[in-house]
Amino acid sequence: MSSVLVSTTINGDPIEFACPPEETLLDSLRDRVGLTGVKEGCGTGDCGSCSVTLDGRLMCSCLVLSAEVEGRQVGTVEGMVENGQLHPLQESFIDNAALQCGICTPGFLIAANALLERNPSPTEKEIRYALAGNLCRCTGYDKIVRAVQVASKEMRKKSKKTKKK
Amino acid sequence: MRYEAPKTTKEAATFLKKEKGAAFILAGGTDLLVKMKLGLSEPDLVVDIKKIPAMNAISHSATGSKIGGAVSGAELGEHKGLCKTWPGVVEATNLIGSDQIQSRATMVGNLCNASPAADSVPAMIAAGAKAIVVGSTKRRTVPIEKIVTGPGQTSLADDEVIEAITLPKRGKKAGDAYLRFIPRTEMDIAVVSAGVNLTLERGVVKTARICLGAVAPTAILVPAAAKAIIGTKLDDEALEKLAAACSAACNPIDDKRGTIEYRVRVAGVLAKRAAKIAFQRAGGV
Ligand SMILES: Cc1cc2nc3c(=O)[nH]c(=O)nc-3n(C[C@H](O)[C@H](O)[C@H](O)COP(=O)(O)OP(=O)(O)OC[C@H]3O[C@@H](n4cnc5c(N)ncnc54)[C@H](O)[C@@H]3O)c2cc1C
Ligand code: FES
Ligand code: FES
Repeated sequence: MSSVLVSTTINGDPIEFACPPEETLLDSLRDRVGLTGVKEGCGTGDCGSCSVTLDGRLMCSCLVLSAEVEGRQVGTVEGMVENGQLHPLQESFIDNAALQCGICTPGFLIAANALLERNPSPTEKEIRYALAGNLCRCTGYDKIVRAVQVASKEMRKKSKKTKKK
Repeated sequence: MRYEAPKTTKEAATFLKKEKGAAFILAGGTDLLVKMKLGLSEPDLVVDIKKIPAMNAISHSATGSKIGGAVSGAELGEHKGLCKTWPGVVEATNLIGSDQIQSRATMVGNLCNASPAADSVPAMIAAGAKAIVVGSTKRRTVPIEKIVTGPGQTSLADDEVIEAITLPKRGKKAGDAYLRFIPRTEMDIAVVSAGVNLTLERGVVKTARICLGAVAPTAILVPAAAKAIIGTKLDDEALEKLAAACSAACNPIDDKRGTIEYRVRVAGVLAKRAAKIAFQRAGGV
């Protein structure tokens, strides 16, 4: 079986790995790169627990072939931490008890972050639609939606402050 | 399995032509990778079309607009011009899956997967869209309604690839709309759907195309429904005739998501509602 050599950028770091051409980005991230934040819930695009960004766009890594990410920018939940500091969304998920088993959490964080980058002050309805591709079997959605609302407020406050400076 | 990412459509078609085993085009992969995961497709060759410039472009000319085969639903939804001229086509495509799926799913993949419930297809057919089909030796232009021949079946030859979808030029007094019925608000497959496209002249419907989805083995164009509203101001009588023509054209399945009786009735209801939206968008009162 021939394999493909993939050179890509993951969370800002250049990475190279070889894999079979039919391998998904989900499997390569977990088993070759060692980034286990991406989870496999369904493997068929329904649950969103494998969510990543590719060149800034949100997608399911279970529906991307690793061969496709050659030369592109991949973002995972591990990249949300900056200088050892949790992202405001991560803090808010903890503060608002928006997780139980945590399997769905990285996917929700990535999806919520993609939403806030595009729309810094979403309504509750917008949040619910934007997170429709992410399933949670334990927590229920209200706490997750609340955590995103609180984080978006925090982030807007912060960006105002940095603008003033 | 081999993976190829050619730079031209002709090269893609040539890869398909030369492959002796099972060869598949990869656009967004939201159908293909699911089928691979479930063991329903076992490709020997996958040809990724996303490195082909013509597949990624949206362009406009004197005859209309052209949308490349690899343009995602998200990119389509971000295109202000198309949202204005063909809101129904854009809405239908944007209904496909979640934000994650939208970043990848294409109209052409939706078409070639050939599901009777594919959301973008009735809207494209109503719009009079055409597919630019490129083979290893020749190219042809085919109306969308001629591509899908049955569930999972298309009229494309083994070496043919769709390079782009064309939408005709649009006058001011024109509008389109697409509605689907699903039991949830997101992430579900259409039980019934309807696409309507019409133009007006002095407030009266001049031309119309009406297409239903999920009520037959393929999306179906319903000329009798168009006839029912042409020459009218979409009064109640015309709308009732339109609904009756749509219901009469249905040949649906009975399953847990909807009975035959239910689908037949809802087809008429959705077509009426979509027609009203299209009429309003065309400036009708
Ligand atoms: C979670 C989830 C939710 C979904 N929700 C919906 C929904 O609400 N409505 C709906 O209609 N669909 C839905 N789908 C199905 C799917 O997302 C759509 O059909 C999508 O438009 C397929 O596009 P793609 O680019 O991903 O296709 P791909 O998977 O890349 O391709 C699909 C098929 O078309 C062929 N193909 C692709 N491009 C070309 C081309 N240019 N020329 C010739 N053949 C080609 C491929 O070989 C393959 O057989 C959903 C899927 C998932 C996983
Ligand atoms: S594992 Fe990818 S969407 Fe569920
Ligand atoms: S916390 Fe367990 S699935 Fe969401």
